[in-house]
Amino acid sequence: MAGADDRARIEPPVLANVGLTINGAQHELTIDTRTSLLDLLREHLDLTGPKKGCDHGQCGACTVLIDGRRANACLALAVAHDGAEIVTVEGLADTDGELHPLQRAFIAHDAFQCGYCTPGQLCSAAGMLGEVRDGWPSAVTPHADGGIELTEAEIRERMSGNICRCGAYANIVPAIADAAA
Amino acid sequence: MRPFRFERATDAAHAVALRSDDPEARYLAGGTNLVDLMRLGVETPGTLIDVNRIEGQNDIEETDGGGLRIGAAVSNSELAADPRVRERYEVLSQALLNGASGQLRNLATVGGNLLQRTRCAYFQDVTKPCNKREAGRDPAGCPAREGDHHNLAILGNSELCVATHSSDMAVALAALGATVHVHGQAGARTIPIPGFHRLPGDEPERDTLLEPGELITAVELAPPNAATTRQRYRKVRERRSFAFALVSIAAILQLEAGVARDVRIALGGVAHAPWRAARAEDALKGGPVDEDRAARAAEAELEEARPLRDNGYKVELARNLIVSTMLELAG
Repeated sequence: MAGADDRARIEPPVLANVGLTINGAQHELTIDTRTSLLDLLREHLDLTGPKKGCDHGQCGACTVLIDGRRANACLALAVAHDGAEIVTVEGLADTDGELHPLQRAFIAHDAFQCGYCTPGQLCSAAGMLGEVRDGWPSAVTPHADGGIELTEAEIRERMSGNICRCGAYANIVPAIADAAA
Repeated sequence: MRPFRFERATDAAHAVALRSDDPEARYLAGGTNLVDLMRLGVETPGTLIDVNRIEGQNDIEETDGGGLRIGAAVSNSELAADPRVRERYEVLSQALLNGASGQLRNLATVGGNLLQRTRCAYFQDVTKPCNKREAGRDPAGCPAREGDHHNLAILGNSELCVATHSSDMAVALAALGATVHVHGQAGARTIPIPGFHRLPGDEPERDTLLEPGELITAVELAPPNAATTRQRYRKVRERRSFAFALVSIAAILQLEAGVARDVRIALGGVAHAPWRAARAEDALKGGPVDEDRAARAAEAELEEARPLRDNGYKVELARNLIVSTMLELAG
């Protein structure tokens, strides 16, 4: 749209200060208000684990945890999340470098081929297991009180926001089931 | 993307005041649709007003009358998981869980869900004409009529626009009969669902009855129906999860000695607004729910369908969905 491009040339960027805790470390940054959380992580802090797949919230490769809940970092404006605690795939392992159980399970099950979607799959699975622990239902959860049984159908439904172009789902599903067991 | 100023509203009146001073401002909730539209160049706000941290708008509270008041900034996930919603308004929880993905539902809010824009490909593509995007008044300004419209409207469309509303949540709210609380320069008012979303008519750019600058503060649900009431949300789509509806249905049925006392049916994916199927409801009320009566109810509703060249399949899909869902609820 010509109008928008003209304005972009005329109007200078607007800067804002944001404070974020990222993988346990405090960061204070001055950024263009247009900066997505994904671009902040990748371009400002060199945390290139979260990937830019579609940049429209459709592929899940950018998934990170915001205050413990999984979210698409590409659609999250960094300024809107001032004060939040962010965990990326780089922060899943413990401080001694011991891999997260999901990471170990993905390796054991060969749950990837090219690996591009894997950081998003791992963060999404970590957030998803938290949702299950909190008793959150999915579209395939039977309406019954009590715990959620993490069946293959549950895992597939709950992970549908993470697309794998290599089609490694056949190994991703059992990897997540193992890590959850 | 156009540069924008960023403001954070502390309460509804503050948000409305910020917006009234600035015609190029937009409210920002979860951002899952607005940020995407800004990236596509469809939305070009000069200011974003963050309405995520307004006190009271992140809560779900019981009302004095026994209903629920859901703050506009409550996430789609939290609402779907709320035990009161799961127990009393199951169709709403099911609809929410059938929408988007886990990570999008965590960001997306109740207010934002109601105000999401159509996913019509021409609306989202600024290189194509679109009467909704450009407030056009010429039928030639809707390329979807002759182009790709396989997933667009079959009911209530106009010469100017054949877009569908994309929300699952709003379809359940239309069946339940909810109330939207809004705050504007003239103060607070309420707008019922159905009725909150409008048909395109000769103003396709207007999705809802909101006036410019009005902010959704809450959605209120009336006290639940009798415990004998059954509820169901079903959604037909091109893949089993994380896709918009081709046709969806939110249905509520109360049977008394085999007779349908209360019937509420709303359809998604078929119109510019969640489509409350009042004719089908009337045709079913007062008698048994069997295959013959359900089929006649569906026919009564879909008589006025005006499908386009490539979406006539939706008429049959909607008919089958009404019949099978009502029989399931009656079974």
